[in-house]
Amino acid sequence: MVEKADQVFVLLQHWLISFLPVLLQPAAAVLLGVIAIVCVFPGLFALTTIFERKGLGRIQNRIGPNRVGPLGLFQPVADGIKSLTKEDIIPLSADGVLHFLAPVILVVAVFMGFAVLPMGRNMVLVDMDAGLIFFFAMSASTELSVFMAGWSSRNKYSLLGAMRAIAQMISYEIILLLSSVAVVMTAGSLSLVKIVDAQNHSTGVLPNWYIFTPWGLAAFVMYAIAATAETNRSPFDLPEGESELVAGYHTEYSGFKFALFFLGEYLAMFSISGLGTTLFLGGWSAPFSFLTWIPSWIWFFGKVMISIFVFIWMRGTLPRLRQDQLMNFAWKFALPFTLLDLLVTALWRFMGEGWLRWVVSTVILAGAYVLMGRVGMYRGHFAPRKYRYAE
Amino acid sequence: MGIMFYLIAVITLAGALAAMTLKHLVHAALAVTVAFGGLALFFLNLDAQFAGFAQILVYIGAVAILVVFAILLTRGSELPKDGVFSRTWFVGLPIAAGIFAVLGWALIASSKALPSEMATPAVTVHDIGVALVGRYVLPLEIVALLLTAATIGAVIVALHEKARAR
Repeated sequence: MVEKADQVFVLLQHWLISFLPVLLQPAAAVLLGVIAIVCVFPGLFALTTIFERKGLGRIQNRIGPNRVGPLGLFQPVADGIKSLTKEDIIPLSADGVLHFLAPVILVVAVFMGFAVLPMGRNMVLVDMDAGLIFFFAMSASTELSVFMAGWSSRNKYSLLGAMRAIAQMISYEIILLLSSVAVVMTAGSLSLVKIVDAQNHSTGVLPNWYIFTPWGLAAFVMYAIAATAETNRSPFDLPEGESELVAGYHTEYSGFKFALFFLGEYLAMFSISGLGTTLFLGGWSAPFSFLTWIPSWIWFFGKVMISIFVFIWMRGTLPRLRQDQLMNFAWKFALPFTLLDLLVTALWRFMGEGWLRWVVSTVILAGAYVLMGRVGMYRGHFAPRKYRYAE
Repeated sequence: MGIMFYLIAVITLAGALAAMTLKHLVHAALAVTVAFGGLALFFLNLDAQFAGFAQILVYIGAVAILVVFAILLTRGSELPKDGVFSRTWFVGLPIAAGIFAVLGWALIASSKALPSEMATPAVTVHDIGVALVGRYVLPLEIVALLLTAATIGAVIVALHEKARAR
């Protein structure tokens, strides 16, 4: 029974394709997997928008949407109908082809990333040997679509917004990659399935997730910061900056193309949370060994939704960074710290079992963290924020 | 060589041709990205996952963005008044033909040197990693040193301009 519940989607897939001739079965299996991904994640997107608007409302002491359906639950449907029926405006001087292609390429590239994420036991579309590189290759392709959107609009605010977004995405992508490399070094594989397997065993009842090691915690924090910046979420949402700046690269988009950008942003959030879950939080494995009877896919989606909630929580509570602070943080703090974390990971790998490696790695990482702050303070690189009003 | 080979070849060549003939530099840069993508597909078609994804990550994710930034920052984004073809285009013709001849000769010679019935080697990413830090560790370190020097050089150039501006 437990086994059946765990494998319910895999069994369903096998049952569905058993109606087809043997020749078509492999193709049908892949097609079913693709259809599942293309249906489930936009569904989650609809759920998340209502969740986010309600949550932000609560944080800001409002009720949030409550008019469409019971408790405002049909708000996403209304939003979807609105964006579908809105007029699609293309600026007269815009580059029509690129203007059309940009949101399409963005959504396609983001969808591709889901192909390698293991969403449960035996629930991965393609188990690639180089799965992690595939994921990053796809997320790197989204930058070009951001540029295409900004440039083809022939609007200086769009172009500036695109440049801003690309500069931010390139800077934080390095941190994202390097913090994942720490996990690859320990697990010894680029395949996400194998990385989950490496974490899926427990000492006593406690899990062996990589976040519960000094280097893993440091890498996870860096990964989370870089992921927030990479998906343009607050406090790094300068590419959009709806309350202070003109919206950025999607200024000249309306109707469903704008909705596609919105969808792309949320899908990127899901996929990057899924990757973080896979790398650091044990993927689909249960937190305690006595909880393994709960199906693996519940753990995966539960962890992803918790990450999404943290994203929303941060958006509701943190102020936005300025562009130069954003860049300084990436290049002067996050990058050196991630590089140091790689060294510590290598130390951890070669020091063997025992308590000594825990002490050494913790001391190095905590010491570097404190020292960088102190030296920066002393030299005046950063100081308590000063506010100047209309001088 | 199945139908996939020809499909990908058409895509790659179309991208490269468009990159040469399109008037607008930004369009040309985006067209060359298509050619880069086609090359990545070739690698994947040959079962070289690592090379294919690295091609996408480096060329589409970084080089294309770099090219586009360079075009926008150097006023190259304005349309040229007199076509894209230089008046001395025929000088390039023998050079291109020469390079093509040398490459073709090398390819044909290499296929003679290697036994043609050799089975496709199953190279995993793990093997590539082991080879990089084992047998080829010296070239790897030299490349790393070169890239570090380039990064430091770039930082110094940027610092210099900042000091002058003040």
